[in-house]
Amino acid sequence: MSLTKLKPSGSTLQKALAFGSLIALVLIFSFLSENFRTLSNMINILQATSVIGVLAVSATIVIITGGIDLSVGTAMTFTAVTAGMLLTWLGLPIPLGVIGAILMGALTGLASGFFITKMRIPPFIATLGMMLVLKGLSLIFTGTKPIYFNDSPGFTEIASGSLVGLLVPAFPLPNGVLILFAVAAIVGWILNRTALGRYTYAVGSNEEATRLSGVNIDAWKMGIYALAGAVTGVAGILIASRLNSAQPALGQGYELEAIAAVVIGGTSLTGGRGTILGTIIGALIMSVLTNGLRILSVAPEWQIVATGFIIIGAVYADMLRKKT
Amino acid sequence: MITRRLLLGATTALAMMTTGAIAQDKMYVPLISKGFQHQFWQAVKAGADKAAAEFNVEVTFEGPETEAQVDKQIEMLTTALSKKPAAIGFAALDSQAAIPLLRKAKEAGIPVVAFDSGVDSDIPVATAATSNVAAAALAANKMSEIIGGSGKVAVIAHDQTSRTGIDRTEGFVNEIKAKHPGIQIVAVEVGGGDHLKSAEITKTLLAANPDLKGLFATNEGGAIGMVQGVQEAKAKVTIIGYDSGKAQKDAIRSGLMAGAITQNPVGIGYETVKAAVAAAKGQSVAKDIDTGFFWYDSSNIDKPEIAAVLYD
Repeated sequence: MSLTKLKPSGSTLQKALAFGSLIALVLIFSFLSENFRTLSNMINILQATSVIGVLAVSATIVIITGGIDLSVGTAMTFTAVTAGMLLTWLGLPIPLGVIGAILMGALTGLASGFFITKMRIPPFIATLGMMLVLKGLSLIFTGTKPIYFNDSPGFTEIASGSLVGLLVPAFPLPNGVLILFAVAAIVGWILNRTALGRYTYAVGSNEEATRLSGVNIDAWKMGIYALAGAVTGVAGILIASRLNSAQPALGQGYELEAIAAVVIGGTSLTGGRGTILGTIIGALIMSVLTNGLRILSVAPEWQIVATGFIIIGAVYADMLRKKT
Repeated sequence: MITRRLLLGATTALAMMTTGAIAQDKMYVPLISKGFQHQFWQAVKAGADKAAAEFNVEVTFEGPETEAQVDKQIEMLTTALSKKPAAIGFAALDSQAAIPLLRKAKEAGIPVVAFDSGVDSDIPVATAATSNVAAAALAANKMSEIIGGSGKVAVIAHDQTSRTGIDRTEGFVNEIKAKHPGIQIVAVEVGGGDHLKSAEITKTLLAANPDLKGLFATNEGGAIGMVQGVQEAKAKVTIIGYDSGKAQKDAIRSGLMAGAITQNPVGIGYETVKAAVAAAKGQSVAKDIDTGFFWYDSSNIDKPEIAAVLYD
């Protein structure tokens, strides 16, 4: 079996199904509320997707290998804190803070990868441990106080500014959304066009067969986790920029939203199958649902119930498709 | 489950070791709080430490990571009681859940002082807390005053189950309903105190109600998210917040936020320890200690009596 042939197996229908659900949700909410179908609300939905979307891209990479990363939420916070320490405490220029946060993200991913491959700790446990370690470190480094970016004017522009709005004033799409799309495109390219991507799918499909064909699984896997960590670092920059602060207590719980977006988008938790486009659609479905239910003034308790059923329904639809 | 039991065992063992280490002549008063990460709790701790120094007692301060972890808090209370303290300060996440333990404390002759929010029981010898209902009602009256007594307003609560979440939401909503018939409350959403979620909720509320005139947040995280959401939506809305913190203070100074209610967290910590010490010595203490609350806006934020109760 040639590894080059191991491409994401026929997920076109799943994508079409997920995309169809997204369109259907948008149409239903648009029909029910005139306040939903405004341009500014559509932009709100996209912006609300940016942080969770980037996190979901990170989670997708790991889930395709058949692993799971429970640390994405607190790792995001940790990279935001890193940016805060570099920019506000050390007074470094913004690009260095951004690069530092992304590198720190890659480092946390590498650490998870090390625990999983060299110490043979199952991904669920290794990343659960990392989730707590990083949460604790964020609180320790900051002394539980948020770090503000007031001394780095321009930092908030990364997520909240709008390059598109400068060109087309009527369409002030926040930069955070562009960054989400850029990250999705880059990771999509890596997964489909590079050796790292091919091994990501190969490990997820059949790790033992890949190992027996002479691939240094441990090295590639650590690379995969490092890539996912770097993407988490981008999410850290986005949330820090959006809030003009690194909030050390935030982040736990975001991993579950990210994983939900990934599975709604048709990525299999057993590994070997999934796409970034599917994940982006999954994240958008979650945002549209949250936004739409709020606009319709559905009670918050019922919003949670509805989101739960959507996750179950989406995965069930995916299983039906696999049977046929 | 194994890890949890191990952890519990380890904490108890540790607790036993430290009990031995604490000098016997110094009174020991543990405070079990609702949290420690938020700046509010750090300010309560500062007040408790101040009283500890003044009355020469040993005070410890701990709380679970989130305000949903009722079980963790119960574990902390159990451990604290096993150390045979002179008195105990307790801010209940769920007052019903803690009653069996509080009864044990009473039987062991350990006086309990409730702080931040009350306990539905007569066991605590005193309760040092803000009247959240009255404080939120003040926010409602200020809201009406600023928006001119009519229009749509919405509330973002930090949760819908804790005493403070319920009291602040109901205090605001009921005051509006009772005294300001021109004002319509269009939504009560729950942001969990999460800045980002509260910002998204704010933007959705503004999209759903383009003519929204006022927003009230029941805690710091909600208020900061609200400011962010209103800024991003470029809307003109009166925002009233709760508690302080640097971001909220900045928003009030720059006019993005009309004002906020502040409690007196340092006072809560101080009064709790003071009452605990008095009760441990067998002196009588006032059953209800109102630690007070204030309205602050750009006009009085720098006055000494306000600045003293605000935290960064």
